[in-house]
Amino acid sequence: MRWEQEYLQPEELKALQIRRLKELVARVYERVPFYRRAMDERGVRPEHVKSLEDLKLLPITDKEILRQHYPFGMLAVPTSDILEIHVSSGTTGDPTVVAYTKHDIGLWSEVMARTIACAGGTKDDLIHNAYGYGLFTGGLGVHYGAIELGASVVPVSAGGTKRQIKLIQDFKPTILTCTPTYALYMAEEAREMDIDPRKTSLRIGIFGAEPWSEGMRREIEAAWDLLATDIYGLSEIIGPGVAQECPGQDGLHLWADHFLPEVLDPDSLEPVGEGEDGMLVLTTLTKEGMPLLRYATRDIVSITYEPCPHCGRTMPRISKIKGRTDDMLIIRGVNVFPSQIESVLMGIDEVQPHYQLVVTREKGLDELEVWVEVEERLFSDEVRALEALEEKIRSEIEGVLGLTVKVKLVEPKTIERSIGKAKRVIDKRRI
Amino acid sequence: MTAKQLSIFLENRSGRLHEVTDVLGRAGINIRALSLADTSDFGILRLIVDKPDEAYRILRNSGFTVRESDVLAVEVSDQPGGLAKVLEIFRNGGINVEYMYAFVEKSGKNAIVIFRTEDISRSSNLLSEHGVSQIEGEKLYKM
Repeated sequence: MRWEQEYLQPEELKALQIRRLKELVARVYERVPFYRRAMDERGVRPEHVKSLEDLKLLPITDKEILRQHYPFGMLAVPTSDILEIHVSSGTTGDPTVVAYTKHDIGLWSEVMARTIACAGGTKDDLIHNAYGYGLFTGGLGVHYGAIELGASVVPVSAGGTKRQIKLIQDFKPTILTCTPTYALYMAEEAREMDIDPRKTSLRIGIFGAEPWSEGMRREIEAAWDLLATDIYGLSEIIGPGVAQECPGQDGLHLWADHFLPEVLDPDSLEPVGEGEDGMLVLTTLTKEGMPLLRYATRDIVSITYEPCPHCGRTMPRISKIKGRTDDMLIIRGVNVFPSQIESVLMGIDEVQPHYQLVVTREKGLDELEVWVEVEERLFSDEVRALEALEEKIRSEIEGVLGLTVKVKLVEPKTIERSIGKAKRVIDKRRI
Repeated sequence: MTAKQLSIFLENRSGRLHEVTDVLGRAGINIRALSLADTSDFGILRLIVDKPDEAYRILRNSGFTVRESDVLAVEVSDQPGGLAKVLEIFRNGGINVEYMYAFVEKSGKNAIVIFRTEDISRSSNLLSEHGVSQIEGEKLYKM
């Protein structure tokens, strides 16, 4: 299947984008009180937006704004028009909500079908979808795309690795979709079951929801003997299906007919040049339920508008995610913010102890260790009491993150401080 | 009648025990008795020293997490059944022992056992009622 919009000439794409942007701005100004207020404060009226350069007149939206409008304050339609609701992992307090109308589910299906096709998938493929189904958008996004493409999909979801490997052996899927760390973990498990993952029927992998390196790509490709491609997306924009690599593995084609990208300096919010690193900011040109103007993804990328030398698509291409503008960590697909750990520690002892998050990758799976300095207030001279403290911290953090962690009590001043401020995160993963 | 014990939090890292004893040694502080409780991650070093207040200050200033707690120092006759007799008193009195450790007096006639129990003052009274002699802190530090 071929979507002609992916091959539009630059002027044609721009004309489409500006037409959609004008319509969008008029719509959110009329229907979303936050946008009306933010535009009024800037003295901007919808008719002031005449070209893509006028984007800079529009307000930036960030996660904090979404959180302030929890749950349905950012909706541009009545809640009765909503078909599906997902939430993204929040920091402290409220998560962020994403709501889809019938139109939006159609849009999501389309961009995910295009994503799978971009990776090399066709209607004849069988997709083993090991992204989690549920509030996380990964599972259902791939599912909708597979259905739209006319491919077959096994909604196996995450976990139950031995069963996954059995199903791969029995059903002979050709495409694997999951997080890159899980792909490595599964290969390891397969080998332990005396099954050679290189001999399975899988030919393409669509991996994402967490950062991964070229080194890891080669490791996965060698382990499974497949083509490993990178997918990008985020719940706030649509879920998976914002950008995807073609088999050329030379940048992720961003579906700019629906999602208008900007790459900005994270501090000044001024655009950076083509090929320079900056924060990816996305405007949802066609979304209906919860359209967003200039959403600050906090992901650092570079962008190129050169047509792809491999597949000829003219959509802009973004680099793999090079980092974050905040210190968010993605561990086994779960977003983790140091502020979440902070709030737990504050709750246990009124004064926040020094702590550090240490992330490691064992057998392809991410492990989060929380180191907490034992200051006098926390110290008991009984082993039992300290173990109980460790356990209390562990269970409360797990409750907040929904992720198993290891807690380690360490001596004061163990945690490295830079100019009096503790370094919060040590990421030892090879990514 | 209680004595002061210092407890120090230690990570299981090589050289940490040496660092504590070195700090005390340089300050001219003598260790009378010690015990180490450990888990896979961390340990708690418990010390009876000749100058507890000074040792507390020095350790603290050296960046250690240290705590002072009250313990009982009990003289137990250095012969079979000596310790069992004391523990029987605690058992009959319904007192749980959190931890204990022993050292032998220089004269060699008696062993001294350090007890940490749930209720130090009640434990002390109970021992006195049964005629078990306890050693006062000041005396213990100079032994």
